[in-house]
Amino acid sequence: MRTMTADRGQAPAARWIGDLPVLSQVTDDVARPLNRLPGAGWFAAFAVSLAALLVGVACVSYQVATGIGVWGLNRTVGWAFDITNFVFWIGIGHAGTLISAILLLFRQQWRTSINRSAEAMTIFAVMCAATFPLIHMGRPWMAFFVAPYPNSRGPLWVNFRSPLLWDVFAINTYLTISLVFWYVGMIPDFATLRDRANGVRRSIYALLALGWNGSYRTWSRYETASLILAGLATPLVISVHSIVSMDFAASILPGWHTTIFPPYFVAGAVYSGFGMVLTLLIITRSLMHLERYITIRHLEAMAKVTLLTGSIVGFSYATEIFAAWFNGSLYEKAMFYNRATGPYALAFWTMVACNAVAPQVLWFRRIRTSPVPLFVLSILVNIGMWLERFVIIVTSLHRSYLPSSWVMYRPTMIEVGTLVGSFGLFFTCFLLFIRLLPMIAMWEIKAGVQAPAHGKAGHA
Amino acid sequence: MPRDYLVGTYAEPGALVEAVTRLRAHGFKIYDVYTPCPVHGLEEAMGLRRSRIGLVAFAAGAMGLLCALGFQFYAAVFDWTLNVGGKPDNSTLAFVPITFEITILFAGMATAKVFLARNGLFPGAATKLAAPRVTDDTFAVALRWRSSAFDTGEARRVLRDCGAIEITQQAMEL
Repeated sequence: MRTMTADRGQAPAARWIGDLPVLSQVTDDVARPLNRLPGAGWFAAFAVSLAALLVGVACVSYQVATGIGVWGLNRTVGWAFDITNFVFWIGIGHAGTLISAILLLFRQQWRTSINRSAEAMTIFAVMCAATFPLIHMGRPWMAFFVAPYPNSRGPLWVNFRSPLLWDVFAINTYLTISLVFWYVGMIPDFATLRDRANGVRRSIYALLALGWNGSYRTWSRYETASLILAGLATPLVISVHSIVSMDFAASILPGWHTTIFPPYFVAGAVYSGFGMVLTLLIITRSLMHLERYITIRHLEAMAKVTLLTGSIVGFSYATEIFAAWFNGSLYEKAMFYNRATGPYALAFWTMVACNAVAPQVLWFRRIRTSPVPLFVLSILVNIGMWLERFVIIVTSLHRSYLPSSWVMYRPTMIEVGTLVGSFGLFFTCFLLFIRLLPMIAMWEIKAGVQAPAHGKAGHA
Repeated sequence: MPRDYLVGTYAEPGALVEAVTRLRAHGFKIYDVYTPCPVHGLEEAMGLRRSRIGLVAFAAGAMGLLCALGFQFYAAVFDWTLNVGGKPDNSTLAFVPITFEITILFAGMATAKVFLARNGLFPGAATKLAAPRVTDDTFAVALRWRSSAFDTGEARRVLRDCGAIEITQQAMEL
């Protein structure tokens, strides 16, 4: 075919994608993994994920059939593994929206290669998160009680003053808007795939493409609609983790009752989410041979966001500890002393090491640009952020105002199995996604490749 | 119903923008342009108006805000009051988070739905391509061809001068 020759020197896209491909090459590269049998690496990863998912299904089935008592919860510690997992997964999702919406508003070119998979990650993470409050109900078939529907009990409406109910609305809105944004973003790519496929595949892609034909009148409105959706998703994502943090902050428990929680949770969410994006994309780019599109420069940009948000998280830890000392509340002080030196001190210090100390190595460019250390670090971030939620939830609950009700919490194997299962669900969905859907936004890459001819980078 | 169109295809977006600009300068009306991705400067060249979908988003958001606030107020104050920790029935501040979420939900859903409806995008819609590969790497400009008011030679000349790879005149549905 043709080659793109003229003055590509200062092309913005060239900063992110090495040698600029021609447009049909972009289509070929992205569509290739969809049209042939995946390699052994994919099958191995899928087998492991599916096995983990089955473990989770077994654990949840047993728990639902037997009762919530199969978990290690007790009368003092009523939230532990389940809510830790819930907050962890919701947090993971936040990086996807940050990449797809916030970086779009800031016109960051580098998002184009990774936004599609990051959005997919958001959706799967929110699905994993939503499982936990649901199964924590013990009787998940009564979940519809959280909906304010006219019922025969009064109607007895739900308590709109409760942060737990705010959560229901926040998460459902987040999942819905993320799905819509993700799907609308894929419509032009479905059309591209439709026009190069045959038979059944063609019919499926045609159905998904909704008759898209590249009309520029449509494109023009499409860009406006995308910007509006991004503008809506941006405050939404911030509200979601703020509301999640209010589940804790609106209580009077030492260690929870603090006004720093909303921004601290949002920064932590983005930090953990970028950890997960790094984990996924470092694997995926080599698994699917997309190093050309997800370059070292992309990894470096993500590493910088990780460093920034990790530092905010570290700063928040310091602020919390300072506030506990400075406000003179005996209970607050005792709580933090217990966190750092009590029975869960190991979890606390591992959390500090993973979240506040480890990301500081990203000041070195050599580490930001080497996939292997980045991968190791991204795993540490995931572990650290999971432990952060565990520390916040369990250490605050297990020793609060009444020493007579102080207890220890230990997870049972069923809880561990459920956590394993949620990872299984997440990775199974993600592996199916990279196999069945265009994991790189072809049209956005193309816009970036051809835009410099007119002086300005394409967007949306 | 199939109609006659004159379609010029281009390999480079720059050439396409040039062709569109020149065609309009010659007084031809552009039926539509087909591209695999957004092209900078094409809106201006085609003289497209800015989409008013923002108004839809605003109106739907405003409606979501009123619905959510109104419903919570109705449920908590009029229909069945609940004393939760002695808080006032009308705890307006506590109603803000849900109101915010519903505002975003209404605005986002309306934006997506109106966008799809306005552009005739729906499951099962027929695929009407102006030229092969316009969703891959080809850029096409289409003119409605009318024998009464159309100087075909002139239009073809402009299309060719801008570097068209192919110029076809055919009856099709677009």
